Formats: sequence, structure tokens, C-alpha cells
Amino acid sequence: MNQQFTAAATAVSISHLDKTYDTGFQALKNVSLEIRKGEIFALLGPNGAGKTTLIGTICGLVRPTAGKILVGGHDVVTEFRKTRSMIGLVPQELTTDRFETVWDTVAFTRGLFGKGRNDAVLEKILRDLSLWDKRNDKLITLSGGMKRRVLIAKALSHEPEILFLDEPTAGVDVELRRDMWNVVRDLRENGVTIILTTHYIEEAEEMADRIGVISSGEIILVEDKMALMQKLGKKDLAIQLQEPIEAVPAALAALGLELQNEGTELVHSYDSHADRTGIATLIGTLNEHGIRIKDLSTRQSSLEDIFIGLLRDRS
Amino acid sequence: MNFHAIKAIYVFEMARWWRTIMQSIISPVVSTSLYFVVFGAAIGSRIESVEGVSYASFIVPGLIMLSLLQQSLSNASFGIYFPKFAGTIYEILSAPISHVETIIAFVGAAATKSIVLALIILATANLFVDVQIQHPVWMVIFLTLTAITFSLLGFIIGIWADGFEKLQLFPLLIVTPLAFLGGTFYSITMLPPIWQTISLFNPVVYLVSGFRWSFYGTADVDIAISLAMTLVFLFAALGIIAWIFKTGYRLRT
Repeated sequence: MNQQFTAAATAVSISHLDKTYDTGFQALKNVSLEIRKGEIFALLGPNGAGKTTLIGTICGLVRPTAGKILVGGHDVVTEFRKTRSMIGLVPQELTTDRFETVWDTVAFTRGLFGKGRNDAVLEKILRDLSLWDKRNDKLITLSGGMKRRVLIAKALSHEPEILFLDEPTAGVDVELRRDMWNVVRDLRENGVTIILTTHYIEEAEEMADRIGVISSGEIILVEDKMALMQKLGKKDLAIQLQEPIEAVPAALAALGLELQNEGTELVHSYDSHADRTGIATLIGTLNEHGIRIKDLSTRQSSLEDIFIGLLRDRS
Repeated sequence: MNFHAIKAIYVFEMARWWRTIMQSIISPVVSTSLYFVVFGAAIGSRIESVEGVSYASFIVPGLIMLSLLQQSLSNASFGIYFPKFAGTIYEILSAPISHVETIIAFVGAAATKSIVLALIILATANLFVDVQIQHPVWMVIFLTLTAITFSLLGFIIGIWADGFEKLQLFPLLIVTPLAFLGGTFYSITMLPPIWQTISLFNPVVYLVSGFRWSFYGTADVDIAISLAMTLVFLFAALGIIAWIFKTGYRLRT
């Protein structure tokens, strides 16, 4: 019973996946990962970490060296027809048939993925992506952002249950990025599972339910986004001083304060969930030393800080 | 069977051909007409009939075969090479489509194009010279088998090629010389004995000979051997393709 429940709630299940290219480069090392149905999962990692290889193995572009991948409970190698028809893939590169029209290329993909013609579905997809007015335009005439939308429309043309977005907003302007995030959220509302890779932390922070971090082919962390931010979240307390000081008082050395802005600002990094943040001691000690405070501000660290911290810890 | 996918690729390939239909048809028709003018009229008028057929008529099956080989190779190789070059191949590799279906679609489209072209050249030839087809069914069988075989070879070249130069390499350096030396413009019985023997190692000899037999009932090699060799080439091409898909050679990393 429990197992059935797990299978039903899992969109993609990867176990002990290895990929070594012919060149000997090991792109994935013993990767195990579960993507839940209906979630937005962000796979974060620096360039060359193995994000695209991981997606490629799930979608059928890359042959795994070892390990097993199930999509909707079906094996991607032995039941490829079943698994691939469940998946839509938006590749990282803007690869399009330059001389095709928007409509033709989207209709082509629908057919390729085994679905019969359905103009109403395609029309809805094109309208949702603001491509309807461009449906008869050749792809060569479209801007980069519009081409990106076309790739998304193609990936959605066969109404997939799982959508892979490989660096969806690379090289896309801010406005289009917002639009695209909205499209992705709408899809999630309709029950589509979304897996996106990105090296823009902002994107993951904005969109994801869960975050996985991959580095040098290894999954180094998978965590609920909120939990991750709380668990690893540091806060910075910045204290502006009325008069500059030359050195941090010896009594405060244990807190690891940093003196900034020519001695006019003290910065204290602390764990906001710890029992003792040290803030009371800090302010008391400053008073004792006659250091007068002008202003205070705190700042929550972003996912980017967390991410950099994680990678630094490993290296 | 994913019929929607086969149809999608086939229609896509035919549409690409249709967009450039004038170039696709005019250039082979013009070059074939030139062969007629040069070999048929200018040179042919000084050659007696070959095996009871006027020289200009004699070269028709060979010329059709020459175009068929070149067009099948270039259509099929370009059809699969271009998505690789443009990067759109990702879509085909990630689609729920089997290898057999992929081949049926790509090779089917390439073979269709070259057969249509062969028929246009046949019609053009009919304007210049008297053409008889004694065995129309066999003519169609040889035409179709050869178109499929060379489209399969073209597909292999398209997968193997990693640049446009390589795409041209096989048609220019191997297939065209083999076609010229394979009895397109002559009967190999016109050659000295040693060259006749050497010619038998040229696969195109069997294709041209069988095809010409279906027109005029005369052949350089026995018709059964021609047919058998045509089938051997077909299965050899299928074998190579099976290996390519099995290993993912130059397709999947």
C-alpha cells in the first residue's frame, strides 16, 4: 500500500545513475533522486555540473552507463514509448527549423510525440504563450525570446505530464522571464510536474518548491526550498555607528564581527534560528565601551549565498 | 507503431522538398538533358546501336539510375544531417519513436523524392528519344529497391558526416565514379576482358544492368544476379543502420 502510494506520487525516480562519456569524463556519479508529481523542482549547479546530462538521460538523449530511471513508474529504456510521450523537453539551445512557420513546427512536434491533430489544443498553447499572432511567421524572423517561447510551445504540444526546462531563461530579458515564470506556474496549477535547471539562483528562489544542487556530477543536496533557506539561512545584522572606531573591541572578538565602511559599520552574521543569536550581548558590550549606535538593519541571505557557501564547503 | 510520428517526419521532409521544388527538379532535369545532347546526339550519332537499341535510347536507363543514386544519397543524407547540424535532432531522439519508424519516415521521404524525380527524367527522355519499357513491373521494382537502398546509404552518410564537406564526399568521390564506370553510358561487354572482370566488383553494374533489362530486355549480367545483388546491398545498408542505432553511433552520447 505504502509502496503504491509512493509510486503514484513520484513523477521521476532515478537510482544510482552513472554516466561516463567515451572521452572518460564522468558526468554523473551515483545520482539518486525522486521528483514528486506536480512539483516544481529546480536543479541548481554551476556550468558543467551535469545538469544537462542528467536531463538528457531521462529524456533519451544520453545513454546512461549504469543505474535506473523510472518515469511515471516506467523504465526509460525498456518502456521508452510510454515514458517519452509523458515528457516535454525545452532544450537549452535555441534550436529551431529556421524556415518553418510557428504553427507547422508546433504541429510537427505533436505528431512526432504520437498525438493526432488537434488545432484547439495548439491554439490554446500558442495563445497562452502570446504566439498566436506569430503563428504564420517563419522562425527565422523571430527574436530570441520568441524562439524560446516556440520551444516551450513545441514541448507542450503533446500535453506532457512532465516538463523539462533546461536553462529556460538564459539570455532572456526580465519582462519575458516574468512571463515565462507565470506560464510555468499556470502549468503547475494544471498538475504538470516541472523540472528546471538553472544557474540563476533568483529563478529557483522565485519558482521552485524543492531544490537540488548538483556539483561535479553529484547531487550534493535536495531540500524543500523554504526549509533550505531557513536551515542554511544566515542573517546579517549591520550596525551603523555614530563615530568610526579603529578596531573591534576585544570583548566582541568571539562573535566574529567585521568592521566595514571605514570603521562606521559593524556587521554581525548570525543564525536566525539559533537559541542565542548574540545580539543582546553585542549591543550591551557596545554600550559598555561607549560606542554609540546610529542605526540597525538586518538582511536575510539569499539562495545564492547559500549555494556559494555549499560549493565552497565542498572545495 | 507511432504512425503519427512517421507521418509527421514524412510530411515535414516532403514539405522541405516542396519549398525548393524548382531547384530540386530543374537541376537534375537540365543536367540529364545535357547528357542527352552531348552523349546521345553528338557522340551517339557516331555510335552504332548497342545490342539492337539506338545509343541515345540505350543510355536512358543508365542516366535515370545515375540521377536516382545521386538524388537518393543527397536527399537522405541531407534529411538526417541537417537536424544534426541545426540541433533539432534532440526532438527526434527524445520522441517516442522507434528506430524502424525513424528510418521508414526519413528513408521513405528520400526515396519518394528520388523516384518522383526518376519518373520526371524518364518523361523528359521520352521527349528526346524512343523509350520502351518491356518489363514495367520489374522496372518499378528495381527503381524502388535502388531508391530505398541508396536512401539508406544516404541516411548512413548523413549520420556519419560531421561537416558539409563529408556530406559531398561519398556522392562525388565514390558514387559518381562508380556510376560512370558501371555501364551508365556503355555496355560492359564493350570493354576489354580484364576490365569486364574488374567491373563486376562495381555494385552499380548490377543496378544499371538490371534496370536496363527491364527496359530493353538486354543485360550485362544475368537478371537474377542483378536482383540478388540489389537485395544484398539493401540488406547490407540495413545491417549498418541496425548497428548505428544499437550503438547510438554519432546520435546519442
